[in-house]
Amino acid sequence: MTAASGGAGPRTPAPGGTGPGTAASGGAGPETAAFRDHSVVAAADRSRWQTRRRARRWALALRSGRGTAVVCALGVVACALSVALVITVGQAGIGVADVWRVVAARLGGADAGLTPLREGIVWELRLPRALLAAVCGAGLGLCGAVLQSLLRNPLADPFVLGVSSGASTGAVSVVVLGVGGGALSLSAGAFAGAALSFALVLLLAHTSGGTTDRVLLSGIAAMQLFSALTSLIVFVSADAEQTRGVLFWLLGSLGSASWAEVAVGAGALALTLVVCLARAHALDAFAFGPEAAAALGVRVRRMRLTLLLVTALLTAVLVSSAGAIGFVGLVLPHAARAACGPAHRRLLPVTALLGAVFLVWVDTAARTLLAPRELPVGVATSLLGVPAFVLILHRGRRGRGAPGRAGAGL
Amino acid sequence: MTRACALHAEEVSYEVERGRALLDKVTLEARPGETVGVVGPNGSGKTTLLRCVYGTLRPTRGRILLDGDDAAALHAKARARKVAAVPQDGGVGFGLTARQVAAMGRSPHKRFWEGDTARDTARVAEALERAGAAALATRPFESLSGGERQRVLVARALAQGPALLALDEPTNHLDVRYQWELLTLVRDLPATGLLALHDLNLAAYFCDRLYVLDAGRVVASGPPGEVLTEELLARVYAVRAEVRVHPRTGAPTVVYLPPGLEDARR
Repeated sequence: MTAASGGAGPRTPAPGGTGPGTAASGGAGPETAAFRDHSVVAAADRSRWQTRRRARRWALALRSGRGTAVVCALGVVACALSVALVITVGQAGIGVADVWRVVAARLGGADAGLTPLREGIVWELRLPRALLAAVCGAGLGLCGAVLQSLLRNPLADPFVLGVSSGASTGAVSVVVLGVGGGALSLSAGAFAGAALSFALVLLLAHTSGGTTDRVLLSGIAAMQLFSALTSLIVFVSADAEQTRGVLFWLLGSLGSASWAEVAVGAGALALTLVVCLARAHALDAFAFGPEAAAALGVRVRRMRLTLLLVTALLTAVLVSSAGAIGFVGLVLPHAARAACGPAHRRLLPVTALLGAVFLVWVDTAARTLLAPRELPVGVATSLLGVPAFVLILHRGRRGRGAPGRAGAGL
Repeated sequence: MTRACALHAEEVSYEVERGRALLDKVTLEARPGETVGVVGPNGSGKTTLLRCVYGTLRPTRGRILLDGDDAAALHAKARARKVAAVPQDGGVGFGLTARQVAAMGRSPHKRFWEGDTARDTARVAEALERAGAAALATRPFESLSGGERQRVLVARALAQGPALLALDEPTNHLDVRYQWELLTLVRDLPATGLLALHDLNLAAYFCDRLYVLDAGRVVASGPPGEVLTEELLARVYAVRAEVRVHPRTGAPTVVYLPPGLEDARR
């Protein structure tokens, strides 16, 4: 029975597996031996013990380098199932079977036999919204994980580089001030603002030395500056209606999801995922500082710039289509670390998938809990996410000392 | 770990801004397999020199030659396959286990998105063993004590399979036993060793040759017996000391004298 968790051989568990990361697998040895010593416990305790051992084996398999492909495949399935389930939830009273018939019809070509309106609700509203939620959750989680490692700060999130504040200013400029004379959409304005803000951060960071601290401080400076500008514009120019609209956008909303936004977001996500995964080893090394990373053959400046650029690009794309959804990018990477360990080959895909599933469900809650009113999704992420995170923190601490965070170092 | 690399630092200077040089035309040579120590007071440029050697800093003038090739022309990964380092600043580790930290030493040997192979695992296990960190393998890095962390970082450097090993104050945080074990290990490795050290007695015992840095310049170099003189210690460190060759180790041994003490030999 112990053979499965014994860490004996570097075997790839599934065809097409990304290779056995045996870094932590040997840890199973003493663990299983310890369990064997327990085998004298009374029969009544035995089943409980077996359950625990099974859970333990799963946890070990998850944390060791093995089975990354399996974990990712499970995550993708969970994500797809989530999307398939949440599009059946809503106010329109469309039956579950009808929803899937619409999807099948659109994918396959046969007629679903529903009114165009109801068909539109599924295909033009719910499905893109669920998919955009998945893309946003995955992207924000991924960016958060990368930036936390890159900036060596557990409090870093995708917005730490001022991207979201810049986006807000851009959006507000379009909505309230009418910048662009109607030719610019809110999303386009937001993207322009995000790009401007990030350019300012890079410039500031570069002229002040380009170290990690400087990047972080420049980001904070930009964040403050653009938040103040947003407040100023709203305070001086906006009427009550505009203020409400802006506030809703600032807190994050997936309500305006369209297929175009899904496509652009998914493209940016795919690009960022590939770029970051290719630097997984380097990101591991970065946890020990640029010094150690350089000694391990990482071209520090180039890598930092590349990763800052792709994460900022992805964040800007996501923020401009869904507003600044908080919590996901800050907290989910920590949850993922607690679940699968901090090695980035595993952490990045797991964080992305966790973020996707999380946001799909939270957005569904946000649009249904107070129906017919809709909760801003950024509010729901924290309201629902914090209790879950507290649970993870507690379990993590009981399980193996402090959870995988660098908080103590700061 | 069967190779050794010749290191030649050729008039290496490093200026943070015009006129303020942390290193000023430092020339240093380490022959293959040699253990060379760099000593000097705080702020004399030891760490900067090592950083130039292992590639965190690029000298503003001068060249670092590895087996005669200009290190600046090497790809970062190729360089990391040759030169491994144990920097002073250990870092936090974000919950990685000691084994995972040591396994990072294999990353310069990896291609794009390549996982760990059985050979990597064996190398890492061997490195942990040699650094005396095998028992720590499954512990989270940040739960280790300073000395334990140091041993894991040494294991990481060994896992790199370097031809030149650069260690910055490697004996920091280590108790006497591990100081000796570590330096014995480094000296006995086939790889060339470059060590920045504060403890002059350890430097005298373990290093084949010493370079003394003061304010970014080499002020003395040669075998420990020639370099570590009472006169030099007074000049560079501004301390009074007695230097004797120890009858049993055969190495120069420094005993520091309190400023108020009368000269015993008179």
